[in-house]
Amino acid sequence: MKADVTRALQEVRHLFVDDGSLAAFAIVLIAFVGGGIKLLGLPPLWGGGLLVVGLAGILVESLQRASKAGKKR
Amino acid sequence: MTLPLATLLPVILSAFLASMVELTEAFTVVLAVGVACGWRPALLGTVGGFVILALLVAILGPLLELVPLALLEFVIGVLLVLFGLRWLRKAILRAAGLLALHDERVAFAHETAALTRRSHGGRVAISGGLTAFNAVLLEGLEVVFIVIAVGAGRGMLPYAALGAGVAAALVLVAGAVLARPLSRVPENALKFVVGLMLTAFGIFWTGEGLGVVWPDDNLSLLGILVLFAALSAGAVRWLRPHRRAQLKVVK
Repeated sequence: MKADVTRALQEVRHLFVDDGSLAAFAIVLIAFVGGGIKLLGLPPLWGGGLLVVGLAGILVESLQRASKAGKKR
Repeated sequence: MTLPLATLLPVILSAFLASMVELTEAFTVVLAVGVACGWRPALLGTVGGFVILALLVAILGPLLELVPLALLEFVIGVLLVLFGLRWLRKAILRAAGLLALHDERVAFAHETAALTRRSHGGRVAISGGLTAFNAVLLEGLEVVFIVIAVGAGRGMLPYAALGAGVAAALVLVAGAVLARPLSRVPENALKFVVGLMLTAFGIFWTGEGLGVVWPDDNLSLLGILVLFAALSAGAVRWLRPHRRAQLKVVK
């Protein structure tokens, strides 16, 4: 029963986070863009573009890391 | 208020496809419990899981109506970005051959063997019931999150729920008729599409929450989707040579 509960808790965590770095980079980027728009007067559309390009870059970086980790094994 | 089909369709479709994937996985586990431990614990665990899910929806639904739209869009957008990127990353790695494809027959065999190993002693029913309960609750939690995420805030919750409901009915009917794992559901392809849709929704709503005014709502959403689809297709081609000889079986 303990194993079931542990497994359930792990599954809940994995609902949003598989690769911790990807999740952390994404949150930092969103905070950065939000700060840029709200505090530094970054034009909102530029902020939107930055969000799209930045998240695409973060995904590519995560995939690159996964492929390298695969090669090392 | 009548919503245009171009707005409704992505919401219904993403809820339907995501629910199809999650409920197919839950069905496999419930079936394994039924075969290995008997149908009584399988059904009790399933009903228990559905009751908790129903309570969650009943509590969360009215609460979400109280949250200001911009804040709701932002929070849900960020969660959708994390959720969608996670699905998309896994789908790309699977399509590139770096992770093993999910196979319901393998999952069923694995789950049945594990349950049979644990079934020595008098706790067969409890263990089986808990396994079915966990599967329904956890996979259902993802369905509830997706339905709320794509539907809340803009009056589209009933449409998202409709998509999920149709998927649930299809899985239940197909499962009851076939009485074996639904391995012909193209889960990996569906996960790819859902990952793309959720990521696009997530970026769009996070942007709106931050004050971004996207040029032509639906066109921008489609643009983000197409961009990530092209990027993902490119990533699969780029990663294929890195494929390992030994595939790691996940989940």
